[in-house]
Amino acid sequence: MNAGPGLALRRGASSRRSFLRRLLRRPVAVVALAFLLALILVCVAAPLVAPYAPGSQDLADVLSGPTSHHVLGTDSLGRDVLSRLIYGGRRSLLSVAEGLAAVLVLGVPLGLAAGFAGGRADRALSRVSDMVLAIPPIIFVLVVVAVVPGNEDAAMLVFGLLGTPAMLRVVRSATLKVREELYITAARLSGLSSPQIVRRHVLPRISGPVIVQASLFAAYALLFETGLAYLGLTVDPSAPTWGGMVAEASAVIEQQEWLLIPSGTLIALTILAFGLLGDAVRDVAVVADDAPDRVRRPVRFRKAAHVAAGDQAHLPAGRQAALLSVRGLSVSRASRECSTLIVDSVSFDAYPGETLGLVGESGCGKSVTALALLRLLSAGLSVTGGRAHWSGRDLLRLPDRSFDELRGSALAYISQEPQASLDPTFTIGSQLAEVIRRHDRVPRPAARARARDLLRQVELPDPERTARAYPHELSGGMAQRVAIALALAGRPELLIADEPTTALDVTVQAEILALLRRLQHETGMALLLITHDWGVLADICDRVIVMYAGQIVEQGVAQELFDGPLHPYTLGLLRSHPSLARPGQRLDALPGRVVPPGAWPAGCRFAVRCRFARDACQAGPVGLAEHGDDRLSRCLRVEQVLEEVSAR
Amino acid sequence: MTRAIGRRLAQSVPLLLIVPTITFLLAALIPGDVARTIVGANASQAQYEQVRRSLGLNQPLYARYWEWLGQAFHGSLGTSLFWQQPVTSLLNSRLPVTLSLVVGSTAVAAAGGAALGTQAALRAGALGRLIDAISLVGLALPNFFLGLLLIAWFAVTLRLFPATGYVSLIQSPGGWIRSLVLPVVTLAVPGTAVIAKQTRDAMSGILDQPFIRTLRAAGVPRRSIIGRHALRNAAIPVVTVTGLIFVGSLSGTVLVESVFALPGLGGLAVQATSQHDLPLIQGVAVYFTVIVICVNLVVDLAYSWLDPRVRVS
Repeated sequence: MNAGPGLALRRGASSRRSFLRRLLRRPVAVVALAFLLALILVCVAAPLVAPYAPGSQDLADVLSGPTSHHVLGTDSLGRDVLSRLIYGGRRSLLSVAEGLAAVLVLGVPLGLAAGFAGGRADRALSRVSDMVLAIPPIIFVLVVVAVVPGNEDAAMLVFGLLGTPAMLRVVRSATLKVREELYITAARLSGLSSPQIVRRHVLPRISGPVIVQASLFAAYALLFETGLAYLGLTVDPSAPTWGGMVAEASAVIEQQEWLLIPSGTLIALTILAFGLLGDAVRDVAVVADDAPDRVRRPVRFRKAAHVAAGDQAHLPAGRQAALLSVRGLSVSRASRECSTLIVDSVSFDAYPGETLGLVGESGCGKSVTALALLRLLSAGLSVTGGRAHWSGRDLLRLPDRSFDELRGSALAYISQEPQASLDPTFTIGSQLAEVIRRHDRVPRPAARARARDLLRQVELPDPERTARAYPHELSGGMAQRVAIALALAGRPELLIADEPTTALDVTVQAEILALLRRLQHETGMALLLITHDWGVLADICDRVIVMYAGQIVEQGVAQELFDGPLHPYTLGLLRSHPSLARPGQRLDALPGRVVPPGAWPAGCRFAVRCRFARDACQAGPVGLAEHGDDRLSRCLRVEQVLEEVSAR
Repeated sequence: MTRAIGRRLAQSVPLLLIVPTITFLLAALIPGDVARTIVGANASQAQYEQVRRSLGLNQPLYARYWEWLGQAFHGSLGTSLFWQQPVTSLLNSRLPVTLSLVVGSTAVAAAGGAALGTQAALRAGALGRLIDAISLVGLALPNFFLGLLLIAWFAVTLRLFPATGYVSLIQSPGGWIRSLVLPVVTLAVPGTAVIAKQTRDAMSGILDQPFIRTLRAAGVPRRSIIGRHALRNAAIPVVTVTGLIFVGSLSGTVLVESVFALPGLGGLAVQATSQHDLPLIQGVAVYFTVIVICVNLVVDLAYSWLDPRVRVS
């Protein structure tokens, strides 16, 4: 506790320095900054730098276009465009500075006050600034220009005044965030006054957002100033201005289009530089705030991947024709640097009408296995090997179009977040009807009727009303029933349920499980149930697959597996579950955590957490071995495990 | 529904009041003599006094303000100093031009931006970077410069559209459209860029939502997932931005109507400014405010239509 605030207190100064360094590491920021600095220097030193005086005319050489004498050409009075741009920049940059000064002088203190004081002052400021933000500022500035024509300083100061609410908002929200942090509390407790805290601790931390807002405002102010000058509303017509030069060029646009280019492009480039600088500062500030990196992941519906056939894991011969036969399924997460294996050669069969449980702690690859079979892996994950046979076809290699035909009718899916798995903007009835029409190809009324039947089938009390409801009007249990109805609409042969009860209340959990069991009985579909709840498994599963660190470590008929686990991991999971323990038996917590993908050892992946482990376990990969009828275990010390189980 | 609209309108009253208040205060508090500015330095004292009286400057500020409000309440925004006509009739005759321009450009920006943003969300890389580049350039190009570039290419060189001027819809529908193409495009470019970015971000977020996975697994085809479900959900934040774009285009008309010599509110405001016609500028401010209030109302209604969670029962 003592170290925390101390460390945090030092953060202000050091983060400022590294902030600048990080900013200068970005080429865009360097170019933008260099451009703006050079522009300011050239404009300030205009009399020294400019090749001609801004007003000197050469009437023998008008509208010349670029020549060796006039690099950017001459205007309709034979004046040098480059020189006029340099002199004109003085007024534009000064205007931006004036507007910026007004925004900073007013916006930052008011924002700090609103953020720090809170309460009534904050609410009043917010109300007023909301209103000012709603109105186009130009209209107010026109009033000013009408009253004091030609006074650009007044116009820009008022423009800055109208830009204050936006800055106020930015400062206020940044202050609110900083105010809650530990080191501010610590500083306050140590007796610093509010102004001191603001100067020493708050200002350095909110400078990022302030700079971002300031550069965006600068871009906007320049856009505005050149606009006013273009309209001829600000200064006397003889003085060169960027906007005025565009207006002069527009008057001769029929004779000479080139003249438009230098002034217009320079305005655009300067605005661009302010904007890019703001963007770069924001990016750096976001990283500095340790915000979660917002990586955009655009690829979603990927084409069928070219999948290498995985090693054919040895499996016992099936009792009957399997519905789904997975062999050597591997899934990897690809990033720029490397590709990490998450699911490692998983092989299993699912038979018609059975309930297959897939169990393991979080992070063992259960959900990823299921999503790979459904071809719904999130972006960044891809199947890198294996096959999944479904009535003679390989689900992993089917063309997208053919696989889409199977969605909902062969394989269906329900997720662990019932409410989030329904589209919030459509009624239940309309979502169900859409899915039904897709599968049954029936007209709307028939689809609506079947939607009500399905809602009745999942035991929702008032199907009519539920059909008219939106997802947010349902409870979690009701939403999961609706999700099940959606999954049933295509009459699937295999329903993959990914922890369907995890997010629900205990009483509702039992109801949903009972419903699934009943539906399975009625429809004869197979159920692949992913769970980490042994109670659920014991309740309804015929066979169980145990996964650990991306691999199957044990597989067997549910009852046999409960009575005599053949893998220390299964044993550990069972021993740590209260409802499955025998009376008087001690509950053991499973020590340690699942080894994350990428850190898997060459040998047994469970060895570091295993009481039975010997050196041999870590020597090399451990295979999945057959133990009796349809029992598999990936363990070298099965006998010791068996001994211990039977000893109890 | 009617009650929700009524409540929103009632909430807009302060906004409607604050705008004339600010314009009054600005005109009064800025150092400078409006009447002198209007009549010019060489005018006689009698002319000067007459303008002062017509502006009500011989009365105290609060009296002027009160009188103006009273008149506004009865639908009168005073008389234009330059045109010697009621401000409202001047503005009403120019309203259709500005509305065609702003509604047109917002519609173009919304449609174009949504299409581009959706494509960028679905496809990696190149298109996304292209949108970033376009939006940078689109936001950096001042609209008066862009407008002139379009005039140079499409009107002067290619002779495809008229360079300037306005043809009313009643006169000639074809001519109306031709006279609006270049100004609408000019105004729509930055809006398109902003909406494309917003749509892309919203769409990327929505496509990660669990319900997309559920519906896909249930057999809903990709076309409907994107065009119906994802787009509607993504539209919720985009609608707010579109409202802001509309208001931005409204202030853009001040420049764009001047560039294309369109007889709208924005162009009139510029003329009124150089003629120091305060009552007329104040009138434009009121009209702009009313338009902003209407747009906010439409955005609110669209919002509650799109998102049942915010619907008032």
